[in-house]
Amino acid sequence: MIPRLTLGVAERGRVDHAAHETLHGPLGETRHRGRGLLEELERAGLRGRGGAGFPTAAKLAAVRAGKGARSLVVNAAEGEPMSAKDAFLLESAPHLVLDGALLAAEVAGASTLLVAVPEDARAAARSLAAALAERPDTQEIETALVPARFIAGEESALLRYLGGGPLRPRLTPPWPAERGLGGKPTLVQNPETLAQLALVARHGASWFRAVGPDVRPGSTLVTVSGAVRRPGVYEIDPRTEVPVVLGLAGGTLEPTRAVLIGGYFGAWLDGAAALGARLDPAALAPLGAALGAGVLVVLGESACPVAELSRAVWWLAGESAGQCGPCVHGLAAIADALVALAEGRADAAAAERIAAWTSLVERRGACRHPDGVARHVRSGLRVFATELEDHRLHGPCAACSAPPVLAAPVPEAALA
Amino acid sequence: MSRRLVVDPIACTGHGLCAELFPEGVELDPWGYPLLAAEVPDGHLGHARRAASACPALALRLVRAERVAAASAETAGAPRRG
Repeated sequence: MIPRLTLGVAERGRVDHAAHETLHGPLGETRHRGRGLLEELERAGLRGRGGAGFPTAAKLAAVRAGKGARSLVVNAAEGEPMSAKDAFLLESAPHLVLDGALLAAEVAGASTLLVAVPEDARAAARSLAAALAERPDTQEIETALVPARFIAGEESALLRYLGGGPLRPRLTPPWPAERGLGGKPTLVQNPETLAQLALVARHGASWFRAVGPDVRPGSTLVTVSGAVRRPGVYEIDPRTEVPVVLGLAGGTLEPTRAVLIGGYFGAWLDGAAALGARLDPAALAPLGAALGAGVLVVLGESACPVAELSRAVWWLAGESAGQCGPCVHGLAAIADALVALAEGRADAAAAERIAAWTSLVERRGACRHPDGVARHVRSGLRVFATELEDHRLHGPCAACSAPPVLAAPVPEAALA
Repeated sequence: MSRRLVVDPIACTGHGLCAELFPEGVELDPWGYPLLAAEVPDGHLGHARRAASACPALALRLVRAERVAAASAETAGAPRRG
């Protein structure tokens, strides 16, 4: 555990404004601000923590170069069912996020500040409201509750919704940094990114880079769940070996069949491969995985990977925004075929057909939803090939009806 | 100047006219949506232009190839979620 973002959280639970100023120093005494902060962020190499890993300084510079009434939106609408880190941050260290938002708005020249919180994240919204009341410098910051949907995390969909439109992505470019809220340049940042920015502003780039690999410097928040003793959010160095990270979560409860890394847009790794890996990009890329928004889900030997995979993909297909044909129809076809496989109703070519369809849907949506799902499916087909064939031949196994490890909320349509 | 067809996936409703008018450059996926060739050869520009202008959803455009390359370089990478 590296206490940077989480400094004081273990002792206090929630770091209020007074404690925040004691632990991190007042915002007014921050070393790097404005243009200086932009340069420091470039040196720090901070990348977005919402999953895409876009360089934060580049985004800030783009909005700074823009004209007109610019906005900053704090995107706490995680959407990712297995991630809890942004809600955790708002609940535990809200003032780092608010400091980051104020500092980033200053750099970007943004005059409107909005925090978008999913409507089911009640504790996060309560803590945020309390934090805004605890300090005098956040009167400009408004809070917006947004639907707790997967697509709400997608920048352009979120901005359309906040602008009074539907919660659906639009075609990019132009990027939000060019045309966002009210048609003006808008900086959309994840809460963890802004909290890290607040630390870079205080301690500088060298301090920031002392933790983490060169390609993804800094500490990172991970959400660990599944077959571990203490599921939760932990702050780690991405260079840490996976077993050490699982150790922070109290260790595994049973032998590990596989680990889902990066969440629903992530990839499954075979248990042995996962337990031998570190979480930095250089170690994960050859395995076809990426840390994304920092999700690790441990699937124990007692769970059924086929049931987990088909359920997750079926849920993801339903989370399509419903705009692009290949996403709507392709993901539905993939999900249906996986469910048929899991139930022993598929022919011998089913897995091959699913693999072909995943390639067909990739890069054919307005947003990256089909690409994320394709990555998840492809890794599942690879890692669970034996179990998939077994289900195809013999139908559901004893573990199929066990409680889900991947907590995909069941849409109403499935209950009928 | 090399050209290619690009489709607006939101606007496209899968009429499939493009594949009928320009089968050399447009294939339909199993759900009836167009898969576009990487480049339109000069000899086929007329067909490509006809396919684009016939699209009932106005979803198909003929553009310079390097513009697309620039745009897709920007979108490369992991799903963009803030």
